[in-house]
Amino acid sequence: MLSRTADNLYWIARYMERAETSARLLEVGSRISLLPSAQGYRNEWESILQSTGTHEPFARKYGEAVQRNIESYLFFDRDNPSSVASCITQARENGRIVRTALTSQVWDALNSAFQELRQIERTPRSELELSRLTDWTLKHAAMVRGSIDATLLRNDGYNFLNVGFALERGDATARLMDVKYYVLLPRMGVGSGIDNDQWSMLLRALSLHRAFRWAYGGEVTAAKIAHFLILNPHCPRALITCVTATNNHLGRLAKLYGKSGEAQAKAQALQDELDGTNADQIFEEGLHEFLGRFILQTAEIAGMVFETYLSGDMR
Amino acid sequence: MTQSFNEMYLDASVRAPYAQLEAWMRSMPADLRIQKQAEAEALFRRIGITFAVYGEGGDPDRLIPFDMFPRVFTHNEWARLERGIKQRARALNAFLVDVYGRGEIIRAGRIPANLVYQNAAYEKSVAGFVPPMGVYSHIVGIDIVRTGPSDFFVLEDNCRTPSGVSYMLESREMMMRMFPDLFRENRIEPVDRYHELLRRTLASVAPKKCKHEPVVVILTPGHFNSAYYEHSFLADLMGVELVEGQDLFVEGEFVYMRTTQGPKRVDVIYRRIDDAYIDPLCFRPDSMLGVPGLMDVYRSGGVSICSAPGAGVADDKAVYTFVPEMVRFYLGEEPILNNVPTWQCGKADDLKYVLDQLPELVVKEVHGSGGYGMLVGPTSTKEQIEMFRAKILKDPGNYIAQPTLALSATPTFVAEGVAPRHVDLRPYCLVGERIELVPGGLTRVALTEGSLVVNSSQGGGVKDTWVLAE
Repeated sequence: MLSRTADNLYWIARYMERAETSARLLEVGSRISLLPSAQGYRNEWESILQSTGTHEPFARKYGEAVQRNIESYLFFDRDNPSSVASCITQARENGRIVRTALTSQVWDALNSAFQELRQIERTPRSELELSRLTDWTLKHAAMVRGSIDATLLRNDGYNFLNVGFALERGDATARLMDVKYYVLLPRMGVGSGIDNDQWSMLLRALSLHRAFRWAYGGEVTAAKIAHFLILNPHCPRALITCVTATNNHLGRLAKLYGKSGEAQAKAQALQDELDGTNADQIFEEGLHEFLGRFILQTAEIAGMVFETYLSGDMR
Repeated sequence: MTQSFNEMYLDASVRAPYAQLEAWMRSMPADLRIQKQAEAEALFRRIGITFAVYGEGGDPDRLIPFDMFPRVFTHNEWARLERGIKQRARALNAFLVDVYGRGEIIRAGRIPANLVYQNAAYEKSVAGFVPPMGVYSHIVGIDIVRTGPSDFFVLEDNCRTPSGVSYMLESREMMMRMFPDLFRENRIEPVDRYHELLRRTLASVAPKKCKHEPVVVILTPGHFNSAYYEHSFLADLMGVELVEGQDLFVEGEFVYMRTTQGPKRVDVIYRRIDDAYIDPLCFRPDSMLGVPGLMDVYRSGGVSICSAPGAGVADDKAVYTFVPEMVRFYLGEEPILNNVPTWQCGKADDLKYVLDQLPELVVKEVHGSGGYGMLVGPTSTKEQIEMFRAKILKDPGNYIAQPTLALSATPTFVAEGVAPRHVDLRPYCLVGERIELVPGGLTRVALTEGSLVVNSSQGGGVKDTWVLAE
């Protein structure tokens, strides 16, 4: 497979997943801002932007972090490469470039998301509820993933798509948790009432609040949530689940090509680390420090995948 | 202008090849027609066959209008066309080998030297090089118009990278899907061997150095190009990689593509980019589309490029005038297909005639394409004609003129029902180890009443083209 084709497939997945993350961030932010809070709603929105590293460019363009501006920035703004509109447009454009590596169902899913996006962009903002925008995004992300699962050949292209999905999703879960960290830790101890409310919001935004109850029951505690989102392989968005998926698909590529490289080694090492740790150890290290390290390690794997397969520089 | 030839009706009676279609047309209620048309449009949009027009802005995903009324040739009509097309494709390739070699046709005084050697499309860097099988132009698109029951004229030759063949194939798919009964009632020659023949043609011109099954790729300028759909469509049908310049690199005496498993050698490049962009070291240094060093590998026989660099000198509108002469000179035959009489504004006598008769003539730029920069005298206003007169006087050598031909018309679905509209024909002749032509081509139709401009960039549409079996 051409390196550029693999690169495009990988980025279709990353962009679709990223669109979903931006929508989920909007959801978390709007829910948190509905809570009575000592700091006022502005800080909550700012923490959202900090988690994606976009606080600076946002402030330059919009100034105040109020809901309408954040909506513009995270959903509509083409200047923001992570906005839903940017990501869906990019995913569809990448799909057009590698049209022949996709089934017509996958293309249909990408293309119809893009065509509907253009309609949304023409709709007056007063008619667009935030919840409608996030629901819409999640639905189309699911349609793209579903059509890939249902119709695509299980070849190397499929593995590159899935490596993209898994890396991006792991990164997103880590960043979403880090938003929580910013809001809470500096001012009050883990475990207060507001703290728990906000953790619940996070679960809700990840569409995982019911699943969490089923899995754990009883009181919501920071330790349970950390375990759920980081270490529980049953949780579809947990870091460990994403690392396992990355590891799996990189392993299949190594088998297919008869050659294993540093990307595989690094992914395996990260998996081993998560397998061997527990929630207490994570809190001991510091949640923020742990998440920061995870985000960095994920980025390193992505860099190695690029070097090995996508750049075309392998000789 | 005289009355144009109607391919369906001769006087009051229906011509034989259209007999079945006449019944089909009469039996189709208007609402069914509208429903089918909408269905076709939805399908075309879904598969993504769209056409972006340079410089016009607007919807980059615009569809080329598809007309469901097929255009029909009898077996005998086609047999003659096929002989004429293949003859012309042979002569054009013989000419190219000659002008990059000894230049016999020029020495014999049959074509002026400056027309060839001073031509912008003449590629000095390949002089003396003979490509595999002696083929420069592997896909020859010959634009043909009809003016009577047995009168066909060649309007122009396209020796570089003629586009539109995806529309030929997709139009047929669409018709078979929507009207299967028509294909049971009429015996229509299939066109779906095209991609297999194309692949075979390209593989047959692999360089001598290639000892394995040749690796063929299509080189595209990228997804912003208006013909990108066609590039990816053909790559998909042939099962070959669709590459951009950045996917290829030169090392030693070969060209490689960058794959997820490391470099893979490429033997034949079907390029859909212009000569000027192939190799920034050799041509335009500012171009990002090409592959540095590609021309060196090409000239040392490490890779084949289709069409070969330099092929464009044969389809220049000024050289066009001499194609019948090429047929006589190289093949010792009389041309089966005629040229349209052409006046060269660069010649004083011709210029005088052209300026006198301007309202009656079609005037084109020598290097223009896509129906831009042309004047159709009879359908232009006085002001447009005068503006064009000034342009011609400024640079006469840049223009040629032809009589306004009464292009044949075929029945076409229009808002009011069915009405005649003018058409042309572009068949795609494949030249490699063998010369091949699938029975059919792209019929373009001028959808505006009375219009003679069939270019898709100017509001033209496409039709399925049938050749009836014997």
